[in-house]
Amino acid sequence: MTGANAPAKDNDFFAPEVVGETKVRKFNINFGPQHPAAHGVLRMVLELDGEVVERVDPHIGLLHRGTEKLMEARPYAQTIPYFDRLDYVCPMNQEHAYVLALERLMGVEVPIRGSLIRVLYCELGRVLNHLLNITTQAMDVGAFTPALWGFEEREKLMGFYEQASGARMHANYFRVGGVRQDLPPELVQDIADWCQQVPRVFDDIEKLLTGNRIFKQRNVDIGKVSKEEAQAWAFSGVMVRGSGIPWDLRRSQPYECYSDFEFDVPLGVNGDCYDRYLCRLEEMRQSVKIMIQCCDRLMKTPGPSLSLDNKVAPPRRGEMKRSMESLIHHFKLFTEGYRTPPGEVYAAVEAPKGEFGVYLVSDGTNRPYRCKIRAPSYPFLQAMDWMSRGHMLADVSAILGSLDIVFGEIDR
Amino acid sequence: MSWPQPLPILEALGQAIVANSAGALTSYEVMYGEVNLTGPATRIVEALTNLRDNPDFRFSILVDVCGADYPERERRFDVVYHLLSMVKNLRVRVKVQTDEDTAVPSVTSVFPSADWYERETFDMYGVFFEGHPDLRRILTDYGFHGHPLRKDFPMTGYVEVRYDDELKRVVYEPVKSVEWRNWDFLSPWEGAEPGYAPLIPGDERAIPAAKEPGK
Repeated sequence: MTGANAPAKDNDFFAPEVVGETKVRKFNINFGPQHPAAHGVLRMVLELDGEVVERVDPHIGLLHRGTEKLMEARPYAQTIPYFDRLDYVCPMNQEHAYVLALERLMGVEVPIRGSLIRVLYCELGRVLNHLLNITTQAMDVGAFTPALWGFEEREKLMGFYEQASGARMHANYFRVGGVRQDLPPELVQDIADWCQQVPRVFDDIEKLLTGNRIFKQRNVDIGKVSKEEAQAWAFSGVMVRGSGIPWDLRRSQPYECYSDFEFDVPLGVNGDCYDRYLCRLEEMRQSVKIMIQCCDRLMKTPGPSLSLDNKVAPPRRGEMKRSMESLIHHFKLFTEGYRTPPGEVYAAVEAPKGEFGVYLVSDGTNRPYRCKIRAPSYPFLQAMDWMSRGHMLADVSAILGSLDIVFGEIDR
Repeated sequence: MSWPQPLPILEALGQAIVANSAGALTSYEVMYGEVNLTGPATRIVEALTNLRDNPDFRFSILVDVCGADYPERERRFDVVYHLLSMVKNLRVRVKVQTDEDTAVPSVTSVFPSADWYERETFDMYGVFFEGHPDLRRILTDYGFHGHPLRKDFPMTGYVEVRYDDELKRVVYEPVKSVEWRNWDFLSPWEGAEPGYAPLIPGDERAIPAAKEPGK
């Protein structure tokens, strides 16, 4: 043999003249928009040096529906369902922020039973969200079983959603002044029973993941966020608690009746994907703790679950059959709706993903003049660029999974 | 650190911030238990830097930046910044005004998180941010025209898309499949309460000095 195919002398197969200088090739690849680890419709343009990520450019907006624009043309009561469709993993938490904003504007008081039901369902939503996030994050790094086990519990929780509101996901259950309908005692009992048995499922998931070698290899020291970075990039929720900042709106800026409940706020130490996973797991247990307290109090607290002020909350059907005034109130509420005084408010809740805020500008009519929805995962995704830099391609999906993003609320 | 903060504390905070800002923030107002600050748009970077670094405030998190459109005003856009101080457990809102042509200085140098928020504000309202590293559209379609959250942008938009079976691709066409139905449920008998609701034709005879919306 001659020429380039000839073996080099002394059988040195790795000599430069044999293999040649390896040129480093840079890749630009599209991650998504249809990718199982993208958690929705996300297109990320990745610039890779070999397998190392150099730059990430997320292209969002593929699920943009113009929620904020649509809301400007509808009476308030008709805009509440839009909030279910933002973060469709835990719908009621979003509604909560919106009705809180409206209640602040109008100065409406919520009866204690309504408040308890809201807290119960918000914590239920937190479990819904974390179950999905933990298990899909595990799926992103290769574990399939947790997702199956987690979804079984999610299914039960959605059953509770359905029993309260009639819908498994898009509940439209919260109202200004309370919740649409009271819970039957049997349902409260069912939720209380579920709270007793579910910690076993958490234990099972924990056994599968927490000590798992592969899970640890893929998550420990990946996507580290320092305290300063977390603040500079406007993180909230688990993303700051994972980095060790004790910040939970339920604790530091309590809304509803959260100050009545006993619960702990788990904190991470290293701020990596693994710590955030541990935080979420512990938060679920704390949520169940709150739910148990809620159920206890609900069983002892009779009373209205919706404000009795018929200027904001519709009268009950039975009253409408007897009272002309109730009938008029009902008619007014379902045609014109209620008006808010002019002004602006910002109401934030600790949604499972982080701070979910609603900035509402009212001009005194029955519809919002401007409603800005501040979604927690929007700044998280923005941070993908610097968080992934220098990591391997495979870590991108691990980081994305631990950011806990949902495109309903990012794209709005 | 009680919450919500009592009004006297918020009043004092507003006063202190305005006094400390060296003219970058000119006035404050406490409404619905929240502090609203206003200032000239040109000095927003200075104002936010001060709010972040001053040890009395320490607003270390820029929670949100958004726009709002008031077409009847001379400078029609508000750019609204929401700040949060974890240490002092406080929130404030800073508002500056601008129009279609005047750029607002970008605050990405102070808060990196402003990047996408300013892109969104630009996308939705067409407000320009001077010194922004990458002012592209973010939420709307590639090649989108117009700024959808402006009040004069039609609710149904200008174009609609569908898949064309002959061309084997998605085509853009002027909107024709939807008609915008705007139900006006505002009661004409209650609309004229002063300071509430916009005027409906005829109201001006009853109340000479009713407040206009959005002011």
